[in-house]
Amino acid sequence: MRPIVRVENVGKLYQLGSSGAAYGTLRDTLAEAVRSPFSRWRGDAGAATSEQSFWALRGVSFDVRPGEIVGIIGRNGAGKSTLLKILSRITEPTTGRIELYGRVGSLLEVGTGFHPELSGRENVFLNGAILGMGRDEIEKKFDEIVAFAEIEKFLDTPVKRYSSGMYIRLAFAVAAHLESEIMIVDEVLAVGDAQFQEKCLGKMGEIARGGRTVLLVSHNVGIVSSLCTRAVYLADGQLRSEGPAEKIVGEYLSEALESKVHDLERLRPAGMGERVKFLDISLASTEGSHVEVGRPLEFLLTIRSEDDMRGLSIGASIFNVVGACVGSLITREEFSVRAGEVVCLRLKVSALSLAPGSYYSGFSIGRGGHEVRRADLDAVLGVPSFQVLPISDNYLFTNWQLGWGSVIFKDTLLTVVGDVEV
Amino acid sequence: MLTKPGIDALGPNAASAPPDASPTPPALPRYEALPDAPLVTIEPGKSWSALDLRELWDYRELLYFLIWRDVKVRYKQTVLGAAWAVLQPLFMMALFSLLFGRVAGIDTGAVPYPLFAFVGLVPWTFFANAVTTSSNSLVSSTHLISKVYFPRLLVPAGAVAACLFDFALSFLALLGMLVYYRVSPTANLLMLPALVALMAGFALGVGMWLSSLNVKYRDVRFVLPFLIQLWLFASSVILPSSAVPERLRWLLYLNPMSGVVEGFRSALLGLPFDWRAIGVAATATAVVLVYAAYSFRRTERSFADII
Repeated sequence: MRPIVRVENVGKLYQLGSSGAAYGTLRDTLAEAVRSPFSRWRGDAGAATSEQSFWALRGVSFDVRPGEIVGIIGRNGAGKSTLLKILSRITEPTTGRIELYGRVGSLLEVGTGFHPELSGRENVFLNGAILGMGRDEIEKKFDEIVAFAEIEKFLDTPVKRYSSGMYIRLAFAVAAHLESEIMIVDEVLAVGDAQFQEKCLGKMGEIARGGRTVLLVSHNVGIVSSLCTRAVYLADGQLRSEGPAEKIVGEYLSEALESKVHDLERLRPAGMGERVKFLDISLASTEGSHVEVGRPLEFLLTIRSEDDMRGLSIGASIFNVVGACVGSLITREEFSVRAGEVVCLRLKVSALSLAPGSYYSGFSIGRGGHEVRRADLDAVLGVPSFQVLPISDNYLFTNWQLGWGSVIFKDTLLTVVGDVEV
Repeated sequence: MLTKPGIDALGPNAASAPPDASPTPPALPRYEALPDAPLVTIEPGKSWSALDLRELWDYRELLYFLIWRDVKVRYKQTVLGAAWAVLQPLFMMALFSLLFGRVAGIDTGAVPYPLFAFVGLVPWTFFANAVTTSSNSLVSSTHLISKVYFPRLLVPAGAVAACLFDFALSFLALLGMLVYYRVSPTANLLMLPALVALMAGFALGVGMWLSSLNVKYRDVRFVLPFLIQLWLFASSVILPSSAVPERLRWLLYLNPMSGVVEGFRSALLGLPFDWRAIGVAATATAVVLVYAAYSFRRTERSFADII
C-alpha cells in the first residue's frame, strides 16, 4: 500500500544565536552588520555562527501507511517535538521533504486559541476554526462536542470562569471531533485528572479504530505500546529504529536502562544522596524490563556510602502509566554500611498482583517509617521502568483494561450459597 | 503471541464492566484511495514564494473568526464599551480645537476647525489603532503561532479588519457632526469607498511589515508609539496641507495618510480633490503592500523558531 505520509531525509538546524537569546535586538544586528557588512549579500549567514547551531533533527526518513497508529518515542531532546512541529507545518525543515496525502489535523495542545473572555459556545467555534474546521462542520458537531465536554449548563459563561477541569474537557472535546485523515497528536494526554485522561485515551482508541492515520508523540511508553501499531524511535535527532510498537518500545526501554547511571543524578531530588546514595537500580530479571503477570519483582540496588551508618532500610514505590502511585513498601530488614563501601542489595517483592501495563518505580534509602516518621537519605524517582506482560505460565489476563486500575485482586472465591426463594 | 491489553471500555463505567465483556469489534479501516499528488508538501522554502491566495481563501473562515474575536473582546469589561471608538477621536478633536483652532488660530478656510479636525481624526484614529494592534498582533499570538499552522498573514490582517469596526462607529459620529454643521452631501462622496480601501490597504501594509519585524526585533514595540505620534503631524490632520510650502508638499504626499486625510475632507465636505496627492498615495500604498507581503513571506517561515 502506498504511504499516506512520506518523510524523506528531514533535518532541522537551529541557530542558537550569538547572544544566546532566541530573538535578536536591532542593536545586535546592527553590530553584526558593522562587523561583517557583506555577509548578508554573500548569502553565507551561517558561516560565523556554525559552531552555535545544532541539528535538532537529521536525516530522518520513514513512511506511514493509511490506518496506522504510529508512536514517536525518544528521550527529552531527541527531536520528537521538532518532528511534530515540522509535520504540522509550524516550522519548516532545513533539509528534506515531507509529502502528506491527506488532510492534516494537528493537536499539539488542547485549547489552542481559547479566549478567556469569550463564552464556551464562542470558543468552540473559534477553536474549531483555528484547528481547521469549517463553520458548517462545527455547527454539525456542536451538540456532540458539548455533550462530550459535559458543560451544557455553562455554554454561555465566559471560559475564564470555568474550572480548569471544565476548560480542559471543552478544549479536548473540540479537538477530538476534528476529522482529518491524518492526526498529529502531542502529549495531549498529559493534562487533566485521571478520569479525564481515561476518557481521552478511550477517544484516542476510538479514533485509532476508525481507520484514521495517527502520529502520536509521547513520553509514555505504556500508551504507545497499547495504542500504537508501529513506533518510530528517535535518539539525538536521528532515527534509531522503527518497527512494531512493542518491539521498538522494548528496545527504547532497555536502552533507557543502560543509560540509567547518568539518569540517576537527574532523578534525585535536591539535597538527597549526600551521605549515602544509589549508584544503580535495576531489575534483576534476565528478560530486561519485562516481567510476567503474577511473578515476583526483583530489584538490584547498588549503594555507596560516605559515612558509617546503621539501621538503614529501603523504601520503594511503584507508579503506573498515568503517574499514580500503585503501592509502596519499606523493608523490615535493616542494613549497615561503612564509609567508602559499595554494597549491592537484592530486593524481592513477591505478593504483588500488578495488572498488565507499564510501570516505573521510586526508591529511597532511609531510616524508620514503620513506627516513626521516615527520614530519607537518598531518593531516586523514575527508575527502573518495567512492563508487566499480560501472560505467564500459569496465568493469563490479556484483556485487562486501563480503567480497571493497576492491581488484580487474585485469590478470590465465588461460591453458590444456595437457592433463594423469591 | 501476546495480546495487548485493550482500552475499549474506558470511561466512568469501565471499572464495573465485567472483564469478559467483549470489546466492540474493530471497524474496518475506512480510508479512501489516496490522491496521486500529495495534498501538502513540506520543504525548505525558497527565498521568494508567491503569496498563496488560494490558501488564504481556504482559510477565510478563520479570518472571519479572528476578526470577530477581536471585535467581541476589545471592549469587554469596560464601562463605556464601544463608545470608546467614538470618544477617542472626539477628545482629540476637542483638544486640537482648543490648541490649534482657538489658541494658534489655524486657518482652515470656510470649514470650522472642529469639523476640519474630526474629519481627519476619524481615518487617522483608525490608522493609528490598526498599525499599533497589527504590529503587535503576531507577538501577542505566540500561543497560536507555536502550536498550529495557518497562513500567518491572517493575524495582522485580522487586526486591521477588526479596527474597521471601530472606524465604522466613529464614522457614524462623523455623519452626525456633518448634519450638525449642515454640510450637504455632494457627488464627491462616491470617492469614499476608494479612500477607505486606500486607508485600510496602507494600514495593512505597514502593520504587516512591522508585525513581522516585531517578531525578530522587539524594539518595534517601543519605537511605535513615538513613531505614530510623529506621523500624526505629517498627516495633514492638524494643519491643512496648503499650510505647507508648495515645493515641500510632495514630501507630505509621500505619506499616503496625508492624501487619505485630505481625500476624506474633499469627499465629505465637498471640496475639490487633489488628484495628484491621491495618485501618489495609491502608488505608495501599492509599493508598501508589495514590499510588506514580500518581507512577511520571507520571514514567515521562521516565526515559530524565533517568536
